[in-house]
Amino acid sequence: MTQLEIELQLLKKEVINMWSLVQSQMVKAKTSMLEFDKDLSREILLKERRVNGAELKIDRDCENIFALLTPVAVDLRFVLAVLKINSNLERIGDIAEGIAKYILSAESSFKRDLLEASCVMKMFDQSISILDDTLSAFENEDTILARQVFQKDEFLDDINRRANELIEAYLKDHPEDLDQALYIHSIIRKLERVGDQSKNISEEIIFYLEAKVLKHKHSH
Amino acid sequence: MESTIVKSVDYNAYFGDNRVVKNVNIEIPRNTVIAVMGPSGCGKTTFLRGINRMHELIPNATAKGKILLNNEDVMEMHPIFVRLKIGMVFQRPNPFPNLSIYDNVIAGYKLNGIKLPKAEKDKIVEESLTKVALWKEVKDSLTKKGSFLSGGQQQRLCIARAVAMAPEVLLFDEPTSALDPISTSTVEELFHELKKNYTLIIVTHNMQQAARVSDRTAFFYMGELVEYDETKRMFTNPRDKRTQNYITGRFS
Repeated sequence: MTQLEIELQLLKKEVINMWSLVQSQMVKAKTSMLEFDKDLSREILLKERRVNGAELKIDRDCENIFALLTPVAVDLRFVLAVLKINSNLERIGDIAEGIAKYILSAESSFKRDLLEASCVMKMFDQSISILDDTLSAFENEDTILARQVFQKDEFLDDINRRANELIEAYLKDHPEDLDQALYIHSIIRKLERVGDQSKNISEEIIFYLEAKVLKHKHSH
Repeated sequence: MESTIVKSVDYNAYFGDNRVVKNVNIEIPRNTVIAVMGPSGCGKTTFLRGINRMHELIPNATAKGKILLNNEDVMEMHPIFVRLKIGMVFQRPNPFPNLSIYDNVIAGYKLNGIKLPKAEKDKIVEESLTKVALWKEVKDSLTKKGSFLSGGQQQRLCIARAVAMAPEVLLFDEPTSALDPISTSTVEELFHELKKNYTLIIVTHNMQQAARVSDRTAFFYMGELVEYDETKRMFTNPRDKRTQNYITGRFS
């Protein structure tokens, strides 16, 4: 195995580790919201530093690979893709942190009826599942799975589009829950962004494996 | 629209019965830099030497197919004329050790028995050395022997010697493999300048050099032209698996 192959394998492992960390942040954000567990939210804030550290380390490693090993063809596309995936993962980490901050600011646990009516937990499940799919696609070099992410993201977009009307309908019957509803609304907006970031990641996976640029194209 | 200056049609080259270049078809546009790469023994240098009929100088060497220069078959031209139109620079700088820098530049004329007035020779020497970015460095020592120059300067002197004959095409066989990185960089910069007036075909083992200097790259493997495309495409998304394996260092 060449030195470049060894370095690329190590880089792939690092990215997978960061992915797992970000996934676990998202799962904790979901649990923390469902169980109104503020300790778990604090843990998310602490772990966010590790996500940032991982991002910097991967950036530095990519830079070294460019400078020292001059990758070309599929190797070049892989390192370019990793740079962008890294940045998208870090943003998903930021989203988990943002949700944790909302939970810490909320005064009381979220009402089950509101969680149900707004579909926010379904969005959580879907965004975590999309993140799982992108990881599997990356690990197993599976562009079919990467393409499925585009369809799954539509579900998130759909709820996001209906969020106003769902929450408005709930508030008509429960005007006293306005504060909570505003938090949920903001969280829905954030979860929709997880879908967008995952879609970006899928585009990068396809770019690296098939040399196809899907960015800014409407149909994939 | 780029016009084709060199074209090979079903070109095959042999050493005895051994076919080392197999059915190569390639079109080389005027005023471009073409890199030719591939593992040792793939036929790239043999192909290069076929372009200006140097292949046939080797005992037992034969060729089939055509090499066209401006749509004319080089095999039907006088070999000396072919080599005037298609100059060549080799791996190791090889200035004539006993000749001055001045005489090295116009050696092609002397060797071909062409007599020129002093003023014209002066003009050719200055222009040729200027084209290879050597004039400023040697203009005050033109009578010194070429072998006193550094390796990089000697190689530029050899390029000036080729340029002095007003060729259309310049062939380079691993022109920087014997040079240090600074001299290599100077010669590479020169390629960008030379391409304005000439078409350059460069055999190189240095893939990064191919990526840096060429417009198009040809990849040879076991005598075949496997892939020939824009250099940007070859180094980002080659079409053939063998090219990808070679440039990423995964060649077995």
